[in-house]
Amino acid sequence: MGNSSLEIIINLAKTVVVFLMMVQAVPILVWLERRGSAFIQNRFGPNRVGPLGLVQLLADAAKFLNKEDFVPDKGNRLLFYAAPVFALIPAAVAYMAMPMSTPLKIGDSTFLIQGYEVNVGIVFILGISAMAVYTMLMAGFGSSSKFSLMGAMRASAQVISYELALGLAIVGVIMMYGTFNLTDMVLAQQGAFHFSGFGREFSLSFLPNWGIFYQPLGAVIFFAAAFAESNRLPFDLAEGEAELVAGFHTEYGGFKMLMFFIGEYGHMMIASGLMTTFYFGGYGIPGWTIAEVYQTGVSIFGSETGGSIFSSVMHFLSYNVKFAIFLWIFIHVRWTLPRFRYDQLMDLGWKTMLPWALFNTILTATVIFLASQYVI
Amino acid sequence: MPLGGMIFITIFIAVFGTALIFLARAIGGLAKRTSAAKMEIYECGIKETEKKDSKISVNFYLTAILFILFDIEIIYMYPWALNFKDFLKDGTGALVFTSMISFMVLFIFGLWWAVKSKALEWEK
Repeated sequence: MGNSSLEIIINLAKTVVVFLMMVQAVPILVWLERRGSAFIQNRFGPNRVGPLGLVQLLADAAKFLNKEDFVPDKGNRLLFYAAPVFALIPAAVAYMAMPMSTPLKIGDSTFLIQGYEVNVGIVFILGISAMAVYTMLMAGFGSSSKFSLMGAMRASAQVISYELALGLAIVGVIMMYGTFNLTDMVLAQQGAFHFSGFGREFSLSFLPNWGIFYQPLGAVIFFAAAFAESNRLPFDLAEGEAELVAGFHTEYGGFKMLMFFIGEYGHMMIASGLMTTFYFGGYGIPGWTIAEVYQTGVSIFGSETGGSIFSSVMHFLSYNVKFAIFLWIFIHVRWTLPRFRYDQLMDLGWKTMLPWALFNTILTATVIFLASQYVI
Repeated sequence: MPLGGMIFITIFIAVFGTALIFLARAIGGLAKRTSAAKMEIYECGIKETEKKDSKISVNFYLTAILFILFDIEIIYMYPWALNFKDFLKDGTGALVFTSMISFMVLFIFGLWWAVKSKALEWEK
């Protein structure tokens, strides 16, 4: 974790900071979702509390705190209370491994701008974030209501079905970069579009070297599966209110409900972060390499520490711009597309997206193989 | 070594979440038992009839079993994908490529069989 006890403490504090960043992003996202839906549906949305209604969620939180604490008589109390607490964990622990900027070098110490670096980042994030299934099952069984149970079963079947397409879509990415490490993956996407194969070099100076240009089909499948993974419309069959009231959180209210919300938005953030990292160059700035940003910082501030801080800040901004665009796409899609029927949803996952993801894998493998063997 | 950070943040979030629940309980108070119907589970206003272990469609079970099968097959592709370019550099690429393609043919056969045996059919 670090060389000295001070570094260890800073690294541990950093994980808390990243977690609190996720938590405080939720009110902003909820505000964006409500104002955005109002914008799409040609109405005002919350605009009374604070400037542009920005403080609405604080008012909501204060109200949630004043709600009385309800457990159904027939419910399993331990599972009922554990589910919302557990809902926070998988999203936050997985998001820690996302590289958000270049490392910060101050004197002899190096601090990564992420919770912690995991060498097998992809496997780690997919594995930990898939544990959200347990949250839904705990909530479903804990409330012992049939709407909750049916919602939980639907949600978990949906999440594991789309897990297959999600996992297979990124085999192509792993093949392209030959690494599980997310930071290495970001560094491999620096500079202009170029690759070598068939015995020659190809390059296009006006395109950035992003994964989307090598894996367009994989990116589409990954993003669609990520919607299903985070239980967002058009895949939110788990809480289709016409059929299931509110799905696995029918019996929840007040602060416990809010914690499920934080978990759900956390999964949106993971999906957006992974899209950015795999297909859109991570924290890289198109047309401005990491070394150039660092040099600019050194020439402005006149010291290596200044250059490092400048580079970290600029790349952090770049990452968050891309990240915010994907979060907006999540919100926009929710208010644009209607909901599927459940059998259509499962058919789409198993019979359409899984074969296409497999096709993408075979295509990528074939092209890489031919490019290394033959000369045009 | 991220394990320390991971354990730390997991414990931190668990404590944080529990504290939030206790805070909400301290401020809002426990639900007052004004009537027996209030503490029932929600069933659209009808008196509750469903037992805890309601019956669930067998399709969910089949989906879970098939998920385990196919997910393990996909996990086998990960180390292959990771080392594919290295194998190509070593010159053993053709062997590795053809063996993984034959594995994928088995995968496709399994998926085709699962679809044909109607394991993935849902009531419309």
